[in-house]
Amino acid sequence: MAFTNEQMERYSRHIILQEVGVKGQKKLMNGKVLIIGAGGLGAPAAMYLAAAGVGTIGIVDADEVDLSNLQRQIIHGTADVGKAKVKSAKETMNAMNPDVTVNTYREFVTSENIMDLIADYDFIIDGTDNFPAKFLINDACVMAKKPFSHAGIIRFKGQLMTYVPGEGPCYRCVFKNPPPKDAVPTCKQAGVIGAMGGVIGSLQAMEAIKYLIGVGDLLTGKLLTYDALKMEFHTIKLPKHTDGCAVCGSHPTITELIDYEQVECDGK
Amino acid sequence: MLVTVAGVKKEIAEGTTIAKLIVDEKVENPDYVTVTVNDDFVESEDFTTTQIKENDSIEFLYFMGGGAF
Repeated sequence: MAFTNEQMERYSRHIILQEVGVKGQKKLMNGKVLIIGAGGLGAPAAMYLAAAGVGTIGIVDADEVDLSNLQRQIIHGTADVGKAKVKSAKETMNAMNPDVTVNTYREFVTSENIMDLIADYDFIIDGTDNFPAKFLINDACVMAKKPFSHAGIIRFKGQLMTYVPGEGPCYRCVFKNPPPKDAVPTCKQAGVIGAMGGVIGSLQAMEAIKYLIGVGDLLTGKLLTYDALKMEFHTIKLPKHTDGCAVCGSHPTITELIDYEQVECDGK
Repeated sequence: MLVTVAGVKKEIAEGTTIAKLIVDEKVENPDYVTVTVNDDFVESEDFTTTQIKENDSIEFLYFMGGGAF
């Protein structure tokens, strides 16, 4: 695959980087990333991955754009209110970079569809807002041996970690089981500062890019937290030995995907 | 005794348990926090019996949803 002159110019700031070069840019262009949730986290992640020239980007979201989304979901505009989020996201990404193939899946992830959805992708980004989806994505990625980036945001705080099969703990190693309904507040209930999605979603895009190119250290075995009010990042080292994990441990007790009760999806 | 809580060095009383520290540190949603001591998980049923030792490093890991909708 030879680059066109336009591609050489478009990606020149990547290609000049020692860690990327022509070879790394080709890896990005051959890369396939699935983003689950085209919202606060998925919006900036999708835009940076599209701009970077990641060859195939899938977007999963069943929702429509709501006016209350626009304070943080910068992939959608005022004229997109009422439109399917996946359609609005695809239009923005295609306008940014016509090199990128955007596949849209207007559905919520469930135990029925997730294995098929993730099958063709190299890296998964969890941009969902609810714990049933987060655990489902984790378990599916562990079972299918797919790397993924977990992230969460609320108020002025955010967190993320990266799971790579065979390298360090999964989301369930850390958090075991979803909290009961309404035990932990959601963004709708508690609020979230809009730029938090930009910070954390961009970090998720960065993890995907590093994974595809194969450079640097990923957030495997670490949970990175960000407190915007204190303006502090903090890396929490996670245990290496997680043999007892119910899904990624040496004797898993969870061998089938679970649809936990979906409680936060009414938030729009 | 000197310990490190969430990356910050501080003095706490001898014999402080994880359960006590969770209260003292005003941990949000204390029933759903994951705790590590020196990079190892402490099971929640052991919070009341696990005493913190000098120079231990304790971290609180919180559930965080947020994102799509």
